Amino acid sequence: MSKLKDALESKKFAVTAEVAPPKGIDFSHQLHCAEALVGRVEACNVTDFQSASLKAASLGMCIKLQQMGMEPVFQITGRDRSRLAIQGDMLAASAFGIENILTLTGDHTYVGDNRDSKPVFDLDSVGILQAGEILMGGNDMGGNALSGDAPYYFMGSSATPEYEPLDLHLMKMRKKIDAGAKFFQTQGVYSAEPFIRFMDQAEKYGAYILAGIIPLKSAGAARYMNKNVPGINVPDDIIARMKEAENPVAEGIQIAAEMIRELKDKQLCHGVHIMAIGAEENVPLILDAAGL
Amino acid sequence: MIISQKKPREELLAMLSGVKKAVLVGCGECATVCMTGGDEQLEEMKAFLEENGISVLASLVSGTSCNKLLVKKELKEYKDAIAEADCIISMSCGDGVQTVASNVSIAVYPANNTMFLGEVERVGLFTEACRFCGDCVLANTGAICPITKCAKSLTSGPCGGAKGGHCEVNPDNRCAWIMIYEKLQSLGTLEKLDIMTEPKGFSDSAYPRTISLRGSKE
Repeated sequence: MSKLKDALESKKFAVTAEVAPPKGIDFSHQLHCAEALVGRVEACNVTDFQSASLKAASLGMCIKLQQMGMEPVFQITGRDRSRLAIQGDMLAASAFGIENILTLTGDHTYVGDNRDSKPVFDLDSVGILQAGEILMGGNDMGGNALSGDAPYYFMGSSATPEYEPLDLHLMKMRKKIDAGAKFFQTQGVYSAEPFIRFMDQAEKYGAYILAGIIPLKSAGAARYMNKNVPGINVPDDIIARMKEAENPVAEGIQIAAEMIRELKDKQLCHGVHIMAIGAEENVPLILDAAGL
Repeated sequence: MIISQKKPREELLAMLSGVKKAVLVGCGECATVCMTGGDEQLEEMKAFLEENGISVLASLVSGTSCNKLLVKKELKEYKDAIAEADCIISMSCGDGVQTVASNVSIAVYPANNTMFLGEVERVGLFTEACRFCGDCVLANTGAICPITKCAKSLTSGPCGGAKGGHCEVNPDNRCAWIMIYEKLQSLGTLEKLDIMTEPKGFSDSAYPRTISLRGSKE
């Protein structure tokens, strides 16, 4: 049974974190980081060739996590697999007891580190959700019956609270929910006001929303994200705090913790999703500082 | 229109290694508009080849080089030159290369790369407009093609990759779904965005495809 689903359904403030598989075969650092989170987060997302850059496959790392007692969220993009491969990976995941799936369209291969790779996009995030629903009904997308018991998935997708135009983004969210998404993990949130504007609309759709938390590492990194990462808007006062901080990494952890506390105390969402992006060892420190 | 582009000259020369005598075949349709296979480009090619020791025995601009029967008829008038030549250099799209090749028994080489189905925005400016998906969705997208104008060919809405309304793949391009949104808004039909569709099927685009309007007797 998905602990993430249980936590969200029982109205607990859910916490998920994210790990990226290594670009290689040594998983020890990632597993060590994940081990420190057992019992402290509901589940741990495993990215699927994040930023279209080659890593060990998401499903492999999910199985490793599952075996060490950390519930994984299997991220699946449509970039690299046809519907045959996506359905097959979903069935394999189920055979290992993996239920949580985060469906994503995926960054284009062109922006990654194997630019000549053929982009697939047979299914987008909505299509992957539709595939999951069909499998849960005991069939495949070709209309053929699965053998034995049907799998069960607790499926979600991503959301970008500061997407412009928001109407268009909300339309896609509604389609994702129609297609089977039960939860959303959002792009990094750095201020409450735009997030509240998003939630005013999104909350009525009935899906669980976990606000994205990306701890800042430096003022430069914040400015870089503002310029280059869609949907990220780090406010000037936060950048100034990072600039003035003696220990920027510690300040970034503190800022992340303050954001989590505000989201939790004001009950602005159903949980948070912490994406430490290469600094996963700091996630326990964020949880400590946030009182989680 | 089929948009084509000249191959780099070095690549062409490498392809023609050992060739002494050639015949040039251009196309009076798309390749003429794309400036890759009209009269002027054939003249330039002739001069370039002759500078590189390849004599051009004949050159013709086919009326429509994707019309196989027409090409067959046109090539007949040049049969003596073709009999003497080592190869034909086709200056059209990839289809023109193949119609010519199917009508002769010597090698045929492409002078161009075939890029896309697109439109002439201005003289010398071409943009991709259709990817021949075989299942047109333009009715619900304000006549803006998401299969072509979205780098991921997404059919159920935008990804999260647009920055300032521009695509993550090529920031010179606006996000197709933002353009669709604006167009539907201006048409007063934003509700079309909510139409839920099945994932697009690809069984109808298994290639190579043939369409016959000639009836079963043929």
